[in-house]
Amino acid sequence: MDLSLSTRNVSGPGGDRTVVEVGGEIDVYTAPKLREQLVELVNDGSYHLVVDMEGVDFLDSTGLGVLVGGLKRVRAHEGSLRLVCNQERILKIFRITGLTKVFPIHTTVDEAVAATD
Amino acid sequence: MATVELRFSAQPEHVRTARLVAAAVARRAGVDEAVLDEVRLAVGEACSRAVGLHRSHGITAPVSVVLTEEEKAFSIEVGDAVPEPGSAPATPGARGGSDEPETEGDGEDEMGLAVISGLVDDVEVRSGADGGTIRMSWPTALAAVRS
Repeated sequence: MDLSLSTRNVSGPGGDRTVVEVGGEIDVYTAPKLREQLVELVNDGSYHLVVDMEGVDFLDSTGLGVLVGGLKRVRAHEGSLRLVCNQERILKIFRITGLTKVFPIHTTVDEAVAATD
Repeated sequence: MATVELRFSAQPEHVRTARLVAAAVARRAGVDEAVLDEVRLAVGEACSRAVGLHRSHGITAPVSVVLTEEEKAFSIEVGDAVPEPGSAPATPGARGGSDEPETEGDGEDEMGLAVISGLVDDVEVRSGADGGTIRMSWPTALAAVRS
């Protein structure tokens, strides 16, 4: 299954948030598409991103690298990158790489949009 | 002898094929269903790493994946054709060379290995003059019942 991406803007208590809904497999082949999307959003001035990973079937270290790259970019503009994920097999990859300490991970998009800390 | 052997050109789009084949053969070999996600991820990481190494060193040889059903275990060996630094033939920008361009992808290789070692208990990384291999193995259901 290929990667699917869609974005929408949502207003939260801390201001506007851009929700990036990702579906399918994020791997060495598809991760560049996600990277392009994140770079494009930041270049267009969207610095507060919520990446919804509920539709992701597979994530590898290439995908993790792209998310870390996205975080680096938004932080350069004092922005934020929050993840939405409840799938144990995906969460496990964040845990074994220690990235649960790097990314705020939320259970719903609403919760991520509402977060202001 | 290998149960299934796969060779693919070092293109990112083929890594998915390797994952699917590895998971299918692992299932048939009796690897626990709960572990198949780990097999899929680990073989994907090893193949992505090999593809990256081949591409960054301009190597046209294919990446190899050897899937072997053993008596009590199922093993996967992913082989690349990038020689260890210091071993002949010395090519510019060989593995570990300092003249590789810096890209955002730097460090993904290490992250891939970190994921593999976090996932797989039995893993061995080797490199030699004719390339490197990552060998991983998992117990099969039959072995788990016996032990």
